[in-house]
Formats: sequence, C-alpha cells, structure tokens
Amino acid sequence: MNVLTLSQLQFAATGMFHWIFVPLTLGLSIMTAWMETKYVTTGDETWLRMTKFWGKLFLINFALGVVTGITMEFQFGMNWSEYSRYVGDIFGAPLAIEATLAFFLESVFIGVWIFGWNKISKKAHLASIWLASVATNVSALIILLANAWMQKPVGYVIRNNRAEMNDFLAVLTNDYGWIKFVHTLLSGYALAGFVIMGVSAWHLLRKNENDFFVRSFKMAAVWAFVATIGIAVTGDMHAVEIAEHQPTKFAAMESQWETKRGVGMSLLLIPDVARECNTVDLFCIPNMLSILAFHDATGEIKGLKEFPKELRPPVTPTFLSFRLMTGLGVFMILSSLAGIILSRRQKFIEYRAFLTLMVCAIPVPYLAEQLGWLVAELGRQPWIVYGVLKTADAVSKSITSTQVILSLIGFTVLYGMLGAIDIFLLVKYAKKGPDKDVSSIINVQGRA
Amino acid sequence: MDISVFQIIWFVLWGVLWAVYFMLDGFVLGTGFLAGVLAKNDTEKRVLINTLGPVWDGNEVWLITAGGATFAAFPTTYALMFSNLYSALILLLFALIVRGVSFEFRGKVDSSAWKQTWDKAMIVSSFLPALLFGVAFGNIFKGIPMRNDFAALSFNYDGSLIGLLNPYGLVTGILFVLLFAVHGALYAAIKTTGDLSQRAGALAGKLWFPLLVVAVAFLGYTYPATKLYDNFLKAPILLLIPLIAVVSLLLVKLFAIKGALHKAFLFSCLTIVFVVFTGVTGLFPNLIPSSLDPASNLTIFNSSSSLLTLQIMTIVALIMVPTVICYKIWVYRVFRAPVRTEDVLGDPQAY
Repeated sequence: MNVLTLSQLQFAATGMFHWIFVPLTLGLSIMTAWMETKYVTTGDETWLRMTKFWGKLFLINFALGVVTGITMEFQFGMNWSEYSRYVGDIFGAPLAIEATLAFFLESVFIGVWIFGWNKISKKAHLASIWLASVATNVSALIILLANAWMQKPVGYVIRNNRAEMNDFLAVLTNDYGWIKFVHTLLSGYALAGFVIMGVSAWHLLRKNENDFFVRSFKMAAVWAFVATIGIAVTGDMHAVEIAEHQPTKFAAMESQWETKRGVGMSLLLIPDVARECNTVDLFCIPNMLSILAFHDATGEIKGLKEFPKELRPPVTPTFLSFRLMTGLGVFMILSSLAGIILSRRQKFIEYRAFLTLMVCAIPVPYLAEQLGWLVAELGRQPWIVYGVLKTADAVSKSITSTQVILSLIGFTVLYGMLGAIDIFLLVKYAKKGPDKDVSSIINVQGRA
Repeated sequence: MDISVFQIIWFVLWGVLWAVYFMLDGFVLGTGFLAGVLAKNDTEKRVLINTLGPVWDGNEVWLITAGGATFAAFPTTYALMFSNLYSALILLLFALIVRGVSFEFRGKVDSSAWKQTWDKAMIVSSFLPALLFGVAFGNIFKGIPMRNDFAALSFNYDGSLIGLLNPYGLVTGILFVLLFAVHGALYAAIKTTGDLSQRAGALAGKLWFPLLVVAVAFLGYTYPATKLYDNFLKAPILLLIPLIAVVSLLLVKLFAIKGALHKAFLFSCLTIVFVVFTGVTGLFPNLIPSSLDPASNLTIFNSSSSLLTLQIMTIVALIMVPTVICYKIWVYRVFRAPVRTEDVLGDPQAY
C-alpha cells in the first residue's frame, strides 16, 4: 500500500478510536454536573452518590479521550503536510483557538474537580465541573467548525498558492458547522443516556440499589429521548445542507444514480457500483427523498451519474453506513421513549426483558457514532476540502510507506491494549456500583 | 501595521509557548522518571503521583497550544517540521499517551503486578519525551537536512531518525533530561514532606553537578555546531539572556544548599525558560534552519500565515493567554500544600 492509503487508514483508525471516548465525555460531563447541581441545591445525599459514581466512569473514559486527541492534532502535520501547508492559514486558527479557549479550561478544571473535593467550597467545586463540561462542549464546537470548513469551505480566497482566510466571521458562522455541532453534541448526550440506562438496568436486574438506579435511569431516559429527537431534527437539517453543498455525498448516501425530480425513497436498496444502478429497489415511498433533501416534493436530486467516476465517493460503504445509522437512531428514539414510560411505573424493576434489552443496547449509540463519521468523511471523498483540494494531493511527501506501516502497527497495538484496559476498567467500576459512604466528603465540605 | 510586526510577535509567542511548556511539563516528566529512584514503597509512589495529579493534564495543554500556534501562525513550518520529524514524533506521541494513562490507570486495580507494570510504563514514558524533545531541539538549533524551494513548492528532506541522534542532538537531549531531573526532584521536594522530601532535595543537589557539566558542554559545543551565536555577536546586549540562564542555574544550587527549596525551584523554572529563550533568540528569524542551504531555511517571513490570520490570532492570544495564566495560578494556589502520606491513604479520590 502507498503512503496515501496508509495515512488514510491511520487517520481513520486513530480518529474512530478517539471518537469511542469523546461522545461519552460530552454527555456524561454535563450529566454529572447536573447531578452535582441537584446535590448542592437539595442537599440530598443520593445525588452526591450519583455524582461520584457516574463521575468515576466519566473520568476513566475521559483519560483516553484526552491522550488520543493529541494524535489527531499532530497527524495533520505528520501525514498531511501538503494539506496543512495549503489550508493552514484557515484551519490552524480554530485548532489554536480550541487549545487556548477550551482545552486549558477543561483539563485544568477537571483536575480541580477530581482533587478538590476537600479543598474548595461546595459551590466552587460545582463551578469547576460546569466549567470543565462547558469547555468540553465548546471544544467540540470549534473542532466541528474546522471540520465543517473541509465540508463546506467558506470565507477564503486562493492566493499565494494556498487557501487564505478573508472572512473569519464566515468561518465561525458556517451553518454547516453549527448544525453538525448540535447533531454531534446531542449524539453524545444520547450516548451517555444509553450508557447510564444500560448500567442502571444491569444493577436493577440484580435488585441492587434500586432507588439509586431507578433515579439514574429516569433522568437518563429523558435526556436520551430529548437528545434523539434533536438528533433527528438536526439530521434532517443537515441532509438539506448536504444535498445543496455536497451533491455527490448526498447521492452516495441514498445510492441515487439518476438525476430526477420528485424522487422517492426505497426502504430496501442494494447498490451495484459496477453497473451504476441498484440491483434491488423495493418499497418505495413516493417523493420522499426530494422532500428530505429540499423540503419540496418535486425537488431535483442530482444522481451519481451526473458526476465523473473519479469524483464519486465510495458508494456502498457511504450508503450502508448512513442507512444503518438512521436505523439505529430510530431504535434509540423508540427505546428511550419506552424507558421514560416504563420507568415511571411501580413495577419497573419487574420488566426484566426490557431491562435486559437496555443492557444490550449500550453498544448501539457507539455504533451509530462511528457510522455517522464514516458517512461524513467517506462521503466527502475524493476531496479532503470539498471542491478545493483532493485527498490524494494533501498527503505528506517526505514520509515513506515503511514509516507509516510502522506507526500504524504501533497505533494498532498501543490503542488496542489501552482500549481493552479502559473498557475492562469501565466495566469493573460500573459493576461495582456506587460507594455506600460519602460522609467523608459531606463532613469536610460542611466545614469549608 | 506591517505583516512583519505580527510575524515577530508570533515568533516571540512561539518561543514563550515552548518555554512555558518545558517549564511546566519539565517537572512532571522529571518527577515521573525519577519516581522509581525517589520512592521507596508504593505509598511514596502514590504521594509523588498525587503531587502531579491535579496539574499534569493542564501542563500538557501548553504543548498542544504550542503545536496549534505553530499551525495557525506558521503553517508551512508546522507542515514541514511535523512531517520531516515523523518517526521521532510518533515515539513522542506514544510516550505521552502512555504517560497520561499511567497516572490514571495505576491505582484503579488493587494488584502489585498491575502497579509495577504501570510504574515501569510511567518511568520510561516520562524519560523518553525529555530526551526526544532535547534531541529534536538540538537538531532544530543545528538545522535539519532539508532543501526547500518556496517558489516552486518543492520541499525535500534527506534526514532519518538515526540521523537525528548526532552528537550535538544527543548533548542537547542529555541537557534536557538533566534540567528536567533537577527540576522534577526540586518539585518533589517542595510538594512532599518528611523523609521523601529530604531525599528528593538531596537528589536535586547531586544531579546539579552533572547538569552544570553538560550545560557548559552544550554552551561550548553550540559555537562550532550551530549558528546560534551569530545573533548574539551582532547585538551583544542579547547575551543577557544566556547570562540569566547561567546565573539562575548557579542560584538553584545556592538556594538548594541553604534549604530554600521554593527559591531553588523558582530559579530552576527560570533556568529552563532562559535556556529555551537563548536557543530561540539564536534562531531568529529562522524557525527551523536548513543544514544544507540557507535559502531553504524556514523563517518567520517565508512560512507565516496571512496578515488577517496573524491579526486574529494575536487578539485571541492577548485575551486568552493572560486568562489562562490567571486561573492556572489560582489552581496552583489551591493545591499549594504538600501531599502527605495520610492525604493519599485517607482520600478515596487520590490516584
């Protein structure tokens, strides 16, 4: 394999690995802050125990999210130096701003939160988790604005053999980025909701700490349901944006080959890339795709055949990832709604089948997250910056395939081990359940 | 204002970011790789790790900021520096990743085999970045074998990982290791109590002698190996910068002997900052010189962003860097008390 393919593989592998940990950080940080707020305002000890228990899982997960993030920043220069040189004038700024505005705040106040229980007042401690979690969310916003620029480049001119910024405000207010931000952020909240529901269900199946875990489950079900509805709404807005600005991605997502008006959406499709058509095409909902793309039943959708083959993304994986992600999203809406309804009933802990389902559902949002990024990044190919720079022209020239093979093997081994250990620790502490005794904190904080 | 003003501002900031990063992560790396020598038992190791616990992550962000600032202000340098030094940076990344998780994972399973594994991982992954940063900066001071034609957009690099391990690179590497070792031992001495603190202070005193020898060797070797002294000879007033570095280094020992460890640590901070300033001042206006041909040097003028980007980034830096410094000072004040054995044993939150 050549340097290009290897670098793509490495970026995908390290990015997807990083993204195992980030969504839970986004969601669980806010939820932990919410629980601690409830504790500080009501003085109810169960909220403190919830803060400590879910906060512990948050921290075990957070550690790997942090250390794998640096890899992403370094790789732009290491593997994609032509890209970095060409677009650094625009793309470097958000990365630097993210570090100074958000990343410092997040990492400094996480430290205060972990080690400050007995050193600062209750309110200052609460403020530290809010600062850290808001910073985490701001960090996601800036990174997604940077990614949005690669999807829908704005505010630049080509000058001095590179893309130069001429409108910073346009980069900051890129609607593609804001929609993507809300969509992604809510997916993190939903994922955290499903993790809390799943772990709670595991304990409820064993009749362990019923009050604690029913309360956790109820809260998480509401969060997850509201978040998944928001995901669907922003997903719809995002599809409109993609149909307008990235017609090749949209056509690949839907496996649409012909350019037509008033296009329907088939529930069952099997693309045949070689023959440029779909071998199976069943259960068509008339005009549906035009409505989804343009909110107009007669809207014209550009098919893949409209574009030369070398400008089309890999159709089958983009299409399948999108379909599967959407399907999992529907499952998440329905199961979290069921969670809200059932968890309000007296007999909730007797619904063993439902509780078992929710334990098994923990991987579902994780899979949906990964598929979402596959759609976003595979669907943009062969471009690294849509319509501006091809991925093949972006790769570093001074590195050899041997170097990248070795680093890819290194990442696979190292990340494989760390991922296994982290999941082992998460499972261990999730199964252990909350600490019974939090008096040491309450006593000390009472004095502070 | 002219673009060159902003290019110079960002050159200064670039130097400051690296200097602050080495000052802050220097003691985390130093305490980390000395933990095996300093701590006599598991509790003492935990005490040492807990002195680093609240701050290591925030300190590492200065590296991410230095990288991000290079990307934003000097994208061509960022692109060529990171791709040319690919293999060294991969080793550095792996080490920093293991270092971070070793703090977090070590105490999560109650087994001595588990803890010993993470202890070894922590020691190696703290030592390696200290050495690699030194080797990398030694090579940057010296120049790396690249041939760049900025008009034709042709960039070539003839170096290799082994090529970086030249004598001057290694001397700089050893200099960084010893700087961070003394720095880390002093940090451990002021952040712990009793016997452990005594031993850490004594170790800092002992390591100071080899540090002095290597520092003198580095300053001497720099003359034939690099062009860093050219700027100082053109404007001798600049010699104040290395002078402050040398005086600070001597004061480290003076205060350590008197037992004024906080002052010794403060001057250790200044030593590191002014060693970096010395190198960076010598580089100006280069960010990375070429060892093959001066026309291939990456300078602040031929590798910078556009005026608009530099202006925006200057505003961001003027607001954010002081803010960050303010809350970091607050955090260091909150955690200013030394970590005692009973703190670690009595606190379920401790590492």
